[in-house]
Amino acid sequence: MIEAVGLTKRYGNTLAVDNLSFSVPTGRVTGFLGPNGAGKSTTMRMILGLDTPTGGSALIDGKRYRDLHQPLRTVGALLDAKWVHPNRSARAHLAWMARSNNLSAGRVDEVLDLVGLTGVANKRAGGFSLGMSQRLGIAAALLGDPQVLLFDEPVNGLDPEGILWIRKFMHRLADEGRTVFVSSHLLSEMALTAQELVVIGRGKLISQSSTEDFVAMATENTVKVRGPQLTALRSELGRAGVTIRDEGDSLIVSGMDCADIGELAARTQTVLHELSPQRGSLEEAFIQLTGDSVEYHTDLVDGATPATLVPAGK
Amino acid sequence: MTLLAVERMKLLTTRSPWWCALLALVLTIGFSALMAGTSDAADPMNISATQFGYGFGLVVIMVMAALAVTTEYRFSTIRATFLAVPRRPSPLVAKATVVALLAGVVGEAAAFGSWGIAKLIKPTSDLAINSSYDWRAIAGVGLVYAVAAVIAVAVGLMLRHSAGAIAVLMIWTQLAEPLVQLIPKVGDKIHKWLPFNVANKFITGNPDPSARDVLHGPPPSDAVLAPWPAIAAFAAFAVVLFAVAVTVANRRDA
Repeated sequence: MIEAVGLTKRYGNTLAVDNLSFSVPTGRVTGFLGPNGAGKSTTMRMILGLDTPTGGSALIDGKRYRDLHQPLRTVGALLDAKWVHPNRSARAHLAWMARSNNLSAGRVDEVLDLVGLTGVANKRAGGFSLGMSQRLGIAAALLGDPQVLLFDEPVNGLDPEGILWIRKFMHRLADEGRTVFVSSHLLSEMALTAQELVVIGRGKLISQSSTEDFVAMATENTVKVRGPQLTALRSELGRAGVTIRDEGDSLIVSGMDCADIGELAARTQTVLHELSPQRGSLEEAFIQLTGDSVEYHTDLVDGATPATLVPAGK
Repeated sequence: MTLLAVERMKLLTTRSPWWCALLALVLTIGFSALMAGTSDAADPMNISATQFGYGFGLVVIMVMAALAVTTEYRFSTIRATFLAVPRRPSPLVAKATVVALLAGVVGEAAAFGSWGIAKLIKPTSDLAINSSYDWRAIAGVGLVYAVAAVIAVAVGLMLRHSAGAIAVLMIWTQLAEPLVQLIPKVGDKIHKWLPFNVANKFITGNPDPSARDVLHGPPPSDAVLAPWPAIAAFAAFAVVLFAVAVTVANRRDA
């Protein structure tokens, strides 16, 4: 279990992480979600003892990372796939890491096999594609067969095949009962991968809940009703106490499902041309929740399609 | 011991240490060959002259040592290192030790290689290693290289950038120390205590009283310390500088 208590990181006048408290439960995949610049990477670096918190603490199974003996056996981390010397071979990179935590040389071959890099193990890592580097990073994280794993934006910049591979790999790790903490700025990705969600914006905690609850809470489910003559139905709906919004010649109803609206329409003898459930997108929900906490706002936000608003890259 | 093995693996699985070691050997042994080739009966080869290239090798070795740290920062493998061994002083001390050992080995190879090639080219000249001066002039090179490597590691650790660290080391050893002498009145007094000048005293100090032309070898040092206290002072300086660098690296975000 990973526990952050009042974690704070200040760079000059900027509060990158602001009194952040959350816990990552054992044996589940927990997504760490937030817009770019929300402080996800900084938080992960503090958990791993690379950055010193200005305040608060982060504990892994009750211990600070710096106090772990042979930490690779407890925690595996992939923060950046490019943390490899380009002229060193994949095998040599894993070999020194294994040696540093007294792991057997055989384990290096095992993890290379696990991520499918055996064929290029003796090639220089600098020549690897991003997908291959990412696999090497995961191999490094798995070296010590740790129960806790941290991944920072593991699918960033990967092609669809690579994304699918990572997603399947996360599920496999979770099925093996490991604790996985994975950050992303893409909610749609997290909805497919994570069971729990820790959502932050501008270094502050926005919510911690199960992914299902988060999506239900954040997305609004509505029904679109279209027809030539909706006045009678409208007043009936009004009496039922639901929220109605006009959109062109149709009504957007929230608070009642399709079946009930259909029956109401039959009772008022209303002709309907359309009766369809509308599901709010996860991106919309995400932006709604973190909207105020995006660090670099543009005026585009209100007009553009939400899905295109989430900027690529870190 | 584990960490020494780890740092050895890291150092020797990259190319730059090999190239630097090779370059240091070529420079030192090459200059010795040049000196031997141009010597004659009127101006015979001597122990001091075999070590003419010592200063050039020193510079290359310091570049190697600085790069051993700064490339770790450049490619962020230092972070991977701190993830594997989060108590930072231990891997850093291990790194300095391994780099210093390599520098020492290269230094001995360069010095004895230089002496050997001179003996090959001019078998008749008097190159017997007899006096304590002779031994220091040759075998001492490895010791000075090893200590200088620790200084370079410390500078690399503090600056974290290859270009910056190498520039500081170059300016320090090649410009700042010699130019201090130009300061009126106090310049010479300061110069006597500057680290690399003190280190030179170990190599060139208390010369053999036999007819040796000092211009053939590394320029003699004006440091006031005797040779062995000089190397001790140089080493103490390196240790202090390295301790400061480790403290800084330990506090700083990786």
